[in-house]
Amino acid sequence: MHIPDGYLSTPVWVATDVVAAPTVFWLARRAQSKFDHHRVPLMGVMGAFVFAAQMLNFPAGNGTSSHLVGGALLGCLMGPAAASIVMTAILATQALLFQDGGLLALGANVFNMAIAGVFAGYLPFALLKGSRTGLFLAGFCSLMTAALLALSELLVSGVAMPPAMITVSLAWFAVSALIEGALTMAVATALERIQPGCLRRPQSGSRAWVVVAAAATLLASFGWLLASAKPDGLQSLALRAGLTGRVSSLLSSPLGEYQASFIANPALSRTVAGMAGLVVIYVLCTAVSRAWAATRREGA
Amino acid sequence: MSLIVEVRDLHYVFEDGTEALRGVDFTLRAGATVALLGPNGSGKTTFALHLNGLLRPSRGTVTIDDMEVTDQHLRAIRRKVGLVFQDSDNQLFMPTALEDVAFAPLAAGLTPDEAAAKAIEALRLVGMEQKSGKAPWHLSSGEKKRVAIAGILASDPKLLVLDEPTTFLDPPGQRSLAALLSTLPQAKILITHDMPFARALATEAVFFQSGRIVARGPVDEIVERFEW
Amino acid sequence: MRHARLELWSRGTSFAHRRHPAAKITAALIVLVSIATLRPVHWRVALAYFVFLTAMTASARLPILRVHLAATAVLPFALVFAVLSLAAGTPERGLAIIARAWLSALTTVLLMATTTQPDLLAGLESLHAPRFLLQVMQFLYRYLLVLVEEAGAMRDAAASRAGTVGVLEFRRAAGAAGVLFGRAWTRANAIHQAMAARGFTGQIPRFRVFRFHPADLAFLVAVAGPVVALRFIAG
Repeated sequence: MHIPDGYLSTPVWVATDVVAAPTVFWLARRAQSKFDHHRVPLMGVMGAFVFAAQMLNFPAGNGTSSHLVGGALLGCLMGPAAASIVMTAILATQALLFQDGGLLALGANVFNMAIAGVFAGYLPFALLKGSRTGLFLAGFCSLMTAALLALSELLVSGVAMPPAMITVSLAWFAVSALIEGALTMAVATALERIQPGCLRRPQSGSRAWVVVAAAATLLASFGWLLASAKPDGLQSLALRAGLTGRVSSLLSSPLGEYQASFIANPALSRTVAGMAGLVVIYVLCTAVSRAWAATRREGA
Repeated sequence: MSLIVEVRDLHYVFEDGTEALRGVDFTLRAGATVALLGPNGSGKTTFALHLNGLLRPSRGTVTIDDMEVTDQHLRAIRRKVGLVFQDSDNQLFMPTALEDVAFAPLAAGLTPDEAAAKAIEALRLVGMEQKSGKAPWHLSSGEKKRVAIAGILASDPKLLVLDEPTTFLDPPGQRSLAALLSTLPQAKILITHDMPFARALATEAVFFQSGRIVARGPVDEIVERFEW
Repeated sequence: MRHARLELWSRGTSFAHRRHPAAKITAALIVLVSIATLRPVHWRVALAYFVFLTAMTASARLPILRVHLAATAVLPFALVFAVLSLAAGTPERGLAIIARAWLSALTTVLLMATTTQPDLLAGLESLHAPRFLLQVMQFLYRYLLVLVEEAGAMRDAAASRAGTVGVLEFRRAAGAAGVLFGRAWTRANAIHQAMAARGFTGQIPRFRVFRFHPADLAFLVAVAGPVVALRFIAG
């Protein structure tokens, strides 16, 4: 699930970084402004809890064991914005300290697990008003969305995968998602017994989150469809569909290798695309935070 | 001698309706050391949390150094009263010993350089200046306790409140902690079940029972009377 | 745990260790981008990068073999894809994935082996990463070992009692996770209480202040310059 560096093609990692970084900026600002200050230690300790909970292995029948990913559980306990930030902190720590997932691929991993995964999990929880079924579906959808996104990103990047491998992966995802659902439900139920009222049942004001969650799920499914249509990469997908090169460059990032081809040297274009991508992310993030700070000041 | 702590008719009721404190009267002179004894759940820790405003009285008043514990005086009160919690891990939340000790001076508005100077001085007082760059998980329990105390000393408090300071410490660690505390001039309130420790430091003891102070006197007298 | 070794290395005092963390982060990102854009035809560049990163390891006075071994953690996963590429008749793509994954991991290990975790967070902050997120990361790192130890103790306690099977065991494990969560929650509140007792009012004050020295710029150019130049020459 944690994509290391070296697998994703430049357009894919640049695009996911471009989406993930400003989103995290926005969510961080939101989580910071919305909650009282005892949330900072709480969120850090919750991140450490997810790490530690992954040590408690859960028997998954037939001799294998599984562990909690935790995005859905955190979403049900702290709300989706805070859960996204905690998951981002976990993923960044894993990438930096454990080489579990890459640094350039951090945007992809954050997008899959901390953003889409958390919100896709929050959707059924919110719609089913925090019932046990809702909790189960939260874990299931969260993991399934994250896994499908990761798979489609790899496929779009042109990583070779025979159809049999894809089938096996899908089956594996389904099993993992069922376990994550069962775990989310079991742990949350155990929690409710120990500490009644700890689940953050959505209130009327949180309808916007449901919309965002729905959008995340839709986006994930779309990504999956896009990739599964032709697993040999976006370029050949576009060709197969009879699209012109122009459209294919639109489908990929505007900073992808196609668009930057105005520079004759392909190495130059690839590297420039990559560097430019990082600069764009940096500028976007600064702009987002400035804009946010400005609206806050006006509102105050 | 002036009173550093003056508590009058302190009542505290938890949200669930449990009465934790039921009319506590307590005074402490500047520089004196008293041990709080009593069974678990008798209100000792709840009482201590009132001393720097982490909990507010349901009824009654708490006055520290002629200043009543209210929102208005909160910052000043928290500088005067240093709480050392039972689990040092919860208290040492910064990445290194030095940064942790510098936290309170920084929060009080000192510059990083001034705060660092203050922190190094406090670490020297507890004999930990050699370990200032260490992360908390590289410290032993005794060292963690010392750093936690340094973190309190860095804001020049007038009163130290120590909650079960000798738990997790081995006997030599307990003795060296007692020796350290006896060199500190501040008034001290010790919440403890460790009688040798209480005898070594405190001149007096109070006994808590069901949210009240039921006796006050020399440590040995209290121990004998309650068969503690 | 692996991060213990990284933490030990990161407390070195070499030239690289003493550089501004923002310079090291920027250099690492430039190297990572250069690696990420390598294609199978660039195997010579990959080899040169390997030599370059090894030389950097040596100049930072880090144990070369152990640093390389730490980076091999990404290889098992990469090998799976290499085999798949081989089966798909494009072995050179598989090799490229292995090379990129390994070199990238090596770069990350080098960054972390020359930068302590608090310095890294301070560096990210000076690059305008969201402060709130960095503070959450700081607390996460601080309480990681504490909670992992608690989880380990609970696992041992459960294992020392007679084990049950199937659904019961699953429930037991879930219950354990619930208890662990409850403890974590209580601990978080205790931490906040200890912070409030020492004057915390919502902002963790900055303590680590770094100045960008000419040496930091020199370091950045010395690392990024050759890597980018090599990448461009290769075409």
